[in-house]
Amino acid sequence: MRTRTLIATACALALGACTGMDSGTGGETRSASAASPSVGADGGTPYASTYQRYPGRPTALVGATVFDGAGNRFDNATVLLRDGEVVEVGTGLSTDGYDVIDGTGKFVTPGVIDIHSHLGDYPTPSVQAHSDGNEATSPTTPEVWAEHSVWPQDPGFSRALANGGVTALQILPGSANLTGGRSVTLKNVASRTVQGMKFPGAPYGMKMACGENPKRVYGSRGRMPSTRMGNFAVNRQMWLDARAYAAGDRSKRDLAKETLAGVLDGDILIHNHCYRADEMALVMDMAKEMGYKVTAFHHAVESYKIADLLRENDVCSAIWADWYGFKMESYDGIRENAALLWKSGACVVIHSDDENGIQRLNQEAAKAQAAGRRMGLDIPDADVVGWFTLNAAKAMGIDKMTGSLEPGKMADVVLWNGDPLSVYSRPEKVWIDGALLYDALDRSRRPVSDFELGQPGAGDVK
Amino acid sequence: MIRLALLGSAAALALVAPAAAQDFTITNATVATGDGSEPVENATVVVRNGRIVAAGTGVTAPAGGEVIDGTGKWVTPGIFSAVTDLGLSDVDGVSESNDTAAGNSPFSAALDASTALNPNSQDVLVARADGITRASVSTRPSASIFGGQGAVIDLGADPDMVTRPRAFQLVDLGETGARISGGSRTSAHALLRNALREAQSYGDRAAIGAATARPSDTSFGDDVPLDPRLSGRDSERAGDVLLTRFDAAALVPVVRGEQPLYVVAERASDIREAIRLKRDFPRLDLVILGASEGWLVANEIAAANVPVIADPLDDLPTGFDQLAATQSNIGRMRDAGVTVAIGRMSGGTGEQPRNARQYAGNLVALSRVPGATGLTWGEALATITSIPARISGFGGRLGTLSQNAAADVVIWDGDPLEVGTVPEAVFIDGVRQPTDTHQSGLRERYRDLNEADLPQAYDW
Repeated sequence: MRTRTLIATACALALGACTGMDSGTGGETRSASAASPSVGADGGTPYASTYQRYPGRPTALVGATVFDGAGNRFDNATVLLRDGEVVEVGTGLSTDGYDVIDGTGKFVTPGVIDIHSHLGDYPTPSVQAHSDGNEATSPTTPEVWAEHSVWPQDPGFSRALANGGVTALQILPGSANLTGGRSVTLKNVASRTVQGMKFPGAPYGMKMACGENPKRVYGSRGRMPSTRMGNFAVNRQMWLDARAYAAGDRSKRDLAKETLAGVLDGDILIHNHCYRADEMALVMDMAKEMGYKVTAFHHAVESYKIADLLRENDVCSAIWADWYGFKMESYDGIRENAALLWKSGACVVIHSDDENGIQRLNQEAAKAQAAGRRMGLDIPDADVVGWFTLNAAKAMGIDKMTGSLEPGKMADVVLWNGDPLSVYSRPEKVWIDGALLYDALDRSRRPVSDFELGQPGAGDVK
Repeated sequence: MIRLALLGSAAALALVAPAAAQDFTITNATVATGDGSEPVENATVVVRNGRIVAAGTGVTAPAGGEVIDGTGKWVTPGIFSAVTDLGLSDVDGVSESNDTAAGNSPFSAALDASTALNPNSQDVLVARADGITRASVSTRPSASIFGGQGAVIDLGADPDMVTRPRAFQLVDLGETGARISGGSRTSAHALLRNALREAQSYGDRAAIGAATARPSDTSFGDDVPLDPRLSGRDSERAGDVLLTRFDAAALVPVVRGEQPLYVVAERASDIREAIRLKRDFPRLDLVILGASEGWLVANEIAAANVPVIADPLDDLPTGFDQLAATQSNIGRMRDAGVTVAIGRMSGGTGEQPRNARQYAGNLVALSRVPGATGLTWGEALATITSIPARISGFGGRLGTLSQNAAADVVIWDGDPLEVGTVPEAVFIDGVRQPTDTHQSGLRERYRDLNEADLPQAYDW
């Protein structure tokens, strides 16, 4: 663990595996074509998703307590899944033609979604040869794509599925750079290729970072930026150049400018690692100056100080429940951050930025809820479940497809063996697009990465 | 604002009046003693003169002292955070404030954590407000394989944090130790053995003794003889030493078995090698730290009677020394008869010390997962109370509600292993502790964002 702690701190401190990017509350879901500002030679999307859903059986979960992710709770309800989709949630539904699973005493939620992960680009084992999350050779690298670093055999994907019920996640570049590159949204489905994990139709995101990390990484090398004002100067010039490109001849390929133009076009969502309230306020003004939108601030430990501004600007805060004080800009982190944002009507997403935390997003949300309760804010359980399901999906631009148990949405579903807001509960079954891909009761329904074959224990999920 | 004013007054009073142990009795609470047993309802805890008098059912509240109604509350010993950095850092990433590692120090084993403790660190205040009352702390191996001499501390709001200085020595014999020592585990072991040998030879005159004659080789019959100078206690000449006198002196109690040696070892083979140190240095009092692969050698650890302070939920192959990491590790070691505490939680990220309760709760959750091995609730609480206290040399005196133990007592608003549960009152040595922190001040200031009359900065 010591090793891991050091690495995590290094990321948080410095570069980045702990970066925050965010996708904002977003808004409309974009079509796959609109979300593909880059076009391959064949006219199609490069590195396109090859994901196909796996076979599933028509399944009825009967008698469980259901949180639908959209703020609703159903007691003793039935959830119907068929052909990869949610058919209906309600009471007294006919289960004819469905395999019936008794959910008595259990809970059902949408699949958990982590908006901030580095699985695959900072995989375990955490050896130097696997350090693929920060292209820390230039402060602005919009030309790099996180998907080109993702190692699908990262054992962390399986832990996130089995212990955390995670069905979709956004993989971000680190935070060493002001602009770190494109993110990729994945289905948490084991695959030989990253294309086999890419979430079909998900928009791209772009990672940005403010504050200590970029100025430290480059300042320590005698390069710009070495100050926060340097951070902004480099950013603003980047955007001015991008605007000129976007307004001019785009036929000449320029990988960096294509990504930035995609942001200016509104097709690529900005996920901005930012801790301090005053810096977030400046970034929102920079976005207005340059004509783009910040979808979400990631890490955002001081969001509670500007909850009103964040609500007015429709920017989500992707946050931990209780991380604080591991670096100067996180010194004012408080456990009530999520609750105070909720009170102000601002968007809350609970994120992990951590290969261990991603296994317990439900518990982190419960901690944040409890902090609110102690200061007199009674946040309904059904809202809290939304912090790690539908709100994350919104900020990733995939909320029309997943994130809640509404008819026609992807059947990304977790059956918990108890209340998901309790420390004592774990996923019992996890479906992705209606396919049962984890079952605590069936050893054959557990993924084990290539890396773990023949190793002692063959991974914790077997 | 009113609430804030009241808190402020309480804090002001605390500054004026010297803290004193209170006599009190908690009644009608759900009480868990920390000894591994399950909690009992409608129980009573009696505290007098800073010590536990009685805890359980059938206890009659004696006359006198404050009576606290524990209806709906849970009561446990304070949490013991084993091998942490509480008091050694204000902000991990602000190196000026951080004393957790002495990377450029000329000293190693002599480093003494008790000299750097800051009871006003926000990490200490945050941990105390969350029910952590005691801890063992040490610096981290950085310039040398030795972390230095760790201390057992209390987190009370008073100037003296030290319960026992120089309570243990820490050495890293895993991947980190190998890199520090020169690039190989062989070097880490050579360095450690040499250091212990020098300590063995460290006489009353603070000089390294010189052998008068070369002893004869030791033959095992099936291999080349082992030069006794590689395993024996004598160095060849007085100048043939690597340790400063100060560092050598610090290791004297270790080699005599008077001070425990905490050995960081994750890999199964690293754990085995650590245990084998006792063949050459039989008086070593070993404790294994980390032990991610402990379940693979659990029977050997148990047979050697070596306790473990384990990383609680590690289930990823973080390095090639942790390929067998599993959340069932602690449960499986428990099954083999190993004494296991949870520890090594530090900083302000996911492994911050106050999350030890959540991790312990997860070990209980595992007991409901088919194929996994977890702990009972009582066992899980013991891993963060009585067991780390016992490993630290304070069995029966800290981390427990047994008679005559220090009255480190926490009253919780619910099940302390459940996420979201927090203390309603924290006592250390019977003294009720303040729970205000920088964080609670921020919470109250930003409870609302109304700046119509004055900026937020005037709300304090």
